[in-house]
Amino acid sequence: MSVLVNKDTKVLVQGMGKTGRFHTDKAIAYGTRMVGAVHPSRAGETEAFAGETDHSGVAGRDDGYQAELPIFRSVAEAVAATGADASVVYVPPPFAADAIMEAADTGVGLIICITEGIPVADMVRAKRFIQDRNVRLVGPNCPGVITPAECKIGIMPGYIHTPGRIGVVSRSGTLTYEAVYQLTNNGLGQTTAVGIGGDPVNGTNFVDCLAMFNDDPATEGVIMIGEIGGTAEEEAADWIKAHMTKPVAGFIAGTTAPAGKRMGHAGAIISGGKGTAADKITALEAAGVVVAPTPTDMGAAMLQALSVEG
Amino acid sequence: MKIHEYQAKELMAARGISVPKGKAVRTVSDAVAAVRPLVEGSGNPVVVVKSQIHAGGRGKGRFLEHPEVAGVNVVTAGIDGGVEATEEAVRQLAGKMLGSTLSTIQTGPEGKQVKTLYIEQGIDIATELYLSVLLDRSASRNIVMASTEGGTEIEEVADNTPEKIIRETIDPAFGLLDFQAARIATSLGLEGPAHRNGVKFLRALTSAAVELDADLVEINPLVVTTDGDVMALDGKMSFEANALYRHPEVQEMRDLSEEDPAEVEASEHDLSFIKLDGTIGCMVNGAGLAMATMDIIKYVGGEPANFLDVGGGADKDQVAAAFKIITRDPNVKGIFVNIFGGIMRCDTIATGVVEAVKEVGLEVPLVVRLEGTNVELGQQILDESGLDLVSARDMKDGATKILEATR
Repeated sequence: MSVLVNKDTKVLVQGMGKTGRFHTDKAIAYGTRMVGAVHPSRAGETEAFAGETDHSGVAGRDDGYQAELPIFRSVAEAVAATGADASVVYVPPPFAADAIMEAADTGVGLIICITEGIPVADMVRAKRFIQDRNVRLVGPNCPGVITPAECKIGIMPGYIHTPGRIGVVSRSGTLTYEAVYQLTNNGLGQTTAVGIGGDPVNGTNFVDCLAMFNDDPATEGVIMIGEIGGTAEEEAADWIKAHMTKPVAGFIAGTTAPAGKRMGHAGAIISGGKGTAADKITALEAAGVVVAPTPTDMGAAMLQALSVEG
Repeated sequence: MKIHEYQAKELMAARGISVPKGKAVRTVSDAVAAVRPLVEGSGNPVVVVKSQIHAGGRGKGRFLEHPEVAGVNVVTAGIDGGVEATEEAVRQLAGKMLGSTLSTIQTGPEGKQVKTLYIEQGIDIATELYLSVLLDRSASRNIVMASTEGGTEIEEVADNTPEKIIRETIDPAFGLLDFQAARIATSLGLEGPAHRNGVKFLRALTSAAVELDADLVEINPLVVTTDGDVMALDGKMSFEANALYRHPEVQEMRDLSEEDPAEVEASEHDLSFIKLDGTIGCMVNGAGLAMATMDIIKYVGGEPANFLDVGGGADKDQVAAAFKIITRDPNVKGIFVNIFGGIMRCDTIATGVVEAVKEVGLEVPLVVRLEGTNVELGQQILDESGLDLVSARDMKDGATKILEATR
């Protein structure tokens, strides 16, 4: 079991530029069921992929792969023709919010937006647009979602993952890899790893993911990786206290960040004394979360959380 | 991106938002020349001389060279002495303020040099209020925050008298609705013409904030004049970097002299860099990992010299540029390169580091931790480079090793 995506998830890609093509190729190599691409000016053509299979992905495949993705004029046409369940967005920032809204309007159930640098105002509008539609948005500015050996949507390196027992949710891309790799090395593995993204306005938050992992029978524990800025981690702490039945470990980046300075992610700004790492760590610990003192200890913190609850 | 008060007021005035008349000047003679038109235009003998720097707390700030002079000065000499007296007082003040260093609670003790003054007409103030438009992250919408406690830092109001903060959420589909603007004006105690003017001000300001992609508009104080006009006496605006591409007029307002030169250089290479006070330089991919790298340096007992995120898709030239920016800081006693390759391949980083070191030389210890995509290839490039560097197996190991090497 897993959350959000699995071996049956059929995926469209919006944005077939250099980045979109590169990661679509990696996803196919991993065994993800990529079913089509959207590119208005190339509708009717196909995009060819071939290469060496990534054997850390879906099992039982040949060593090489070849695929031809049909290209569609619009997301609506692509969904109608392929029955896609999910769409991954690599569209450049000025057009990405529109791409999200276009996908949301088709009834596709899951949109994963990788694009970094979308204007906040555009995301405010996009989030308003999707609120009345039955769709889940993950991201933007995130590495994507992976259910190891089943489905990889996004830019994460596949081989560091291994199927297992832990749900991973994170605001930071490379810190997700750090946590995932430690869980692979200490034998816990992952059910699903979700990058919710570093932007101040995003589609899916910690609480959404915690709730999904809480309901997923295969997930035995969750590791959540937060950072300074906003109050999403504090809200997660409240939710954990009230509802979470599984052990949770965590890490918060930005203990040493100076107030008022922006640390790469637009969302990671401490203003007015809110959103400090210390506040977040205190809130999480009060909710029973084992917070790793350093990122190197994230896997160990998860083991500790499991042993405490077990 | 931050802009100066006078620039914010220029943007506001162009959008029908009421601001006092004023003139930005860079010389003493221009400061003096600005006085007469302001006084004659407004009929008010008072003018205000305001330092223009990208930091708050100017009113209470003092100049390092002239501790008796504040960052913002109300000139009342004209009440009895006429416009010539005002001009003379402005001449004295401008002479001390221009080119001097203003230290405020936000600049820190070292202060910032004042290169521009804003000479503004005096206003007969009846009431001082507070108003801002900013993103409410938990609602994913902009909100208007207002308070009757004008002139006070909003954080202070939030701590001491939170009930005095008025909030209205803006639905992006509709903008601030008329009844919401009226509700804010009423809560601020505005009546009659002031209420009408307040509603107009609120609608214009929220439209401007959205239209310009401002991530913060703060008017503190917002004043009601004795005539019932509602005006922005101060104005702070900052803009979201991701949206600047669609606002060339705002981009032109960027004042590079207010920013750290290394940060400016980094941004030209699409690197995210922030200078800090420590001794261990860091080069990392990913913002979260970069923050966590600073944290772990501190955890093992060191102090980071910078935050540096080379991004997910950096090429070797960007890596080389990053390396040069780090090594230029004289405080840097050692460098920790921490990479978890995803899109960013370890061999790219390794090649960039080797090329940069060959070009600029390496006079401090270097610890490199590589993990992820093409790690073996990256390690091999480092091993064969002949560079004097130390490899680390994980972040904590790397942080410990660089700390030892710098002691």
